[in-house]
Amino acid sequence: MTKDWGRKDLLGLETLSAAEIEAVLDAAASFKKKSSPEALTGRTIAFLFSEPSTRTRSSFEMAALRLGAHALSFSAVGSSLAKGETMLDTLLNLQAVGVTHFVVRHERSGVLEELAPLVSASVINAGDGAHEHPTQALLDLLTLRERWGSFKGKKVVILGDIRHSRVARSNLFALKKLGAKVVFCGPTALAPDDFAALGAVVEHDVEKALKGADAVNVLRLQLERMEQGFIASLSDYALAYQLTPERAELMKAEALVLHPGPMNRGVEISSAVADGPRSVILDQVANGVFVRMAALALCDRGRSRG
Amino acid sequence: MAEQTLIVGGLVIDPARKLEAVRDVLIENGKIRDVAAGLSKKSALSGCPKVDAKGQWVIPGLVDMHVHLREPGREGDETIATGTAAAARGGVTTLLAMANTEPVADSVAQLEFLRAKARSDAKVNVLFAAAVTVGQKGERLTEFAKLRQAGASALSDDGRPVMNAGLLRRALEYAKDLGLLVIDHCEDLTLSSGACAHEGPEALRKGLKGAPWAAETVQVLRDIALVELTGSRLHLAHVSCAASIEAVRQAKKRGLPISAEACPHHFALSDAMIPGYDTSWKMNPPLRRDQDRASLVAGLKDGTIDAIATDHAPHGCVAKSAGFDTAPYGVIGLETSLSTALTALFHTKSLTKAQLVMRMSTAPAALLGLKSKGSLAAGADADLAIIDPHVSWIAKAPFASKSRNSPFIGRALKGRVIKTFVAGHAVADAL
Repeated sequence: MTKDWGRKDLLGLETLSAAEIEAVLDAAASFKKKSSPEALTGRTIAFLFSEPSTRTRSSFEMAALRLGAHALSFSAVGSSLAKGETMLDTLLNLQAVGVTHFVVRHERSGVLEELAPLVSASVINAGDGAHEHPTQALLDLLTLRERWGSFKGKKVVILGDIRHSRVARSNLFALKKLGAKVVFCGPTALAPDDFAALGAVVEHDVEKALKGADAVNVLRLQLERMEQGFIASLSDYALAYQLTPERAELMKAEALVLHPGPMNRGVEISSAVADGPRSVILDQVANGVFVRMAALALCDRGRSRG
Repeated sequence: MAEQTLIVGGLVIDPARKLEAVRDVLIENGKIRDVAAGLSKKSALSGCPKVDAKGQWVIPGLVDMHVHLREPGREGDETIATGTAAAARGGVTTLLAMANTEPVADSVAQLEFLRAKARSDAKVNVLFAAAVTVGQKGERLTEFAKLRQAGASALSDDGRPVMNAGLLRRALEYAKDLGLLVIDHCEDLTLSSGACAHEGPEALRKGLKGAPWAAETVQVLRDIALVELTGSRLHLAHVSCAASIEAVRQAKKRGLPISAEACPHHFALSDAMIPGYDTSWKMNPPLRRDQDRASLVAGLKDGTIDAIATDHAPHGCVAKSAGFDTAPYGVIGLETSLSTALTALFHTKSLTKAQLVMRMSTAPAALLGLKSKGSLAAGADADLAIIDPHVSWIAKAPFASKSRNSPFIGRALKGRVIKTFVAGHAVADAL
């Protein structure tokens, strides 16, 4: 199952081949079928999260637990990161202590691209700034693949604050490689037209965007976007872009609704849709654990081989 | 006894006199004494020290209107001594140091300190810009008359724009009254706030906050209107995008006294070339699209852009390793500017030899009112550079500059400075 994977790190999906993406999904599917409680026995996984996270972190911790690895958890607050130590020094020190995997979330785009080659441990990106969130996109893909089998010719709409979303970028890079059409939808301030140059279709009319779609991935709208002037108000945004039951009906009959969470019910998505028959939101969360098991295990083998 | 040096057999390029021919150049007591063929054969000069320049170009020393020397306040990144050593290596014989030191050069005392420090430490001629507003805060004008008397050569809040149009209007009027040149860094902060890159597909792909080209052009257009209103001269620092250049082109057609400079990184590089998140490629304004780069080249060719200036901005490795979003803006350039211009402008046949020397020496000397610089006419200061236009080399650290934040490290360049003379004395020699 790992012939298509030789990397020690998972930093993003832009640089992965379609075969590598499929390799992670295959590994995740196989963990879902059959548990592997000893796959990472003796490994120590450090969690470095400089931004708050509930589901990504607990999902990774659960993945580590199910693989038999130790989890070493600490936040930037109270750690040496907060005392001014550089990120690289922190990683090198933890590596000297015996850490084999770093799972890192950081508010700075691209921070891991420079650090990962400088450490021998595996580095797994749990979200860097507005850049990539590969495991989130992979769990979205796994959830879709379970329903579809293949991505060829599928139309996936990503709706909301694309500009600030690492989930949107990772999904775009991966879905394009796997043969899907990706439509970015939101007001221009949050879904700039320049995304077309990266391969997305950019559409500012939510109804046009959703028409005939196979799935929609609805992104969380953060309150601070109002203070920053990107939108006039949450309710004004909701009027123009909320995924309502009526709008959801514009998609294909069997179309799916995804959301990476945490949801603002009544802002970007109505409760009726979030809890409705199209919603696969809780499947995503469940699949997250398997995708993260796959990421930890594949990078472990990639590192051992290298 | 006259102190003489004879530079023999080089191709002398002096656009101020429309001269481009093999000539000998006689330097005497720090001045150009004579430029003529066959001087080396004169028996009267047989004992004169000679420098062989056959196959090389002899050009008036470069005048760089935009340099940050960091002294006082950030001597760990650069000093007047190291910055001018870098200038000498790059063929730059006169530079204008920007006022955003710590403290800001906004007072007579600061100017006096800087000029005294330059007299003792500088290897090339250093001119100083004073701030337009106190502390470069954009609130209150500095004392232009006193600053002029203390030796300020220009006025600029560079590093920051003068956002308040009413204040800039008064600055332009008063600068005109006193014959001073104002240099503006054009950036509408309401459009660029928080940005670390050019707004476009590249920044989106990397998840970086971008500043649109319009952040610059909005201010360029405002400045052009204020030049028309006041009749004052104004020089635009580091223009970076096509729309700004077109605006300047039209303003010049209408006869407005506006001038502009372009930086080597902006006319040689574009945002799509930035490797990952390498902060040695982060500066303000940011590297823009390739079509912007191409319009800079066109502007340099047709004279819309008067001068090439480096915006040499040293930053230490620790500051620059803070990540692309938070690392300080700026790249060094004094030691690579001529080579970059030769590579990106001359060897691509975009600019002629004479145009290149015009943009890097003659025009900026004229903008700064330096009557005895920018030309090799008899009587001019003997500031000159001997260059090999064809030698290929790879730029690499260490530099004479204290810093190494250069996007040109590792790049193949064609053409290099061999010797630099200031007031007749060699200040940098065969590298």
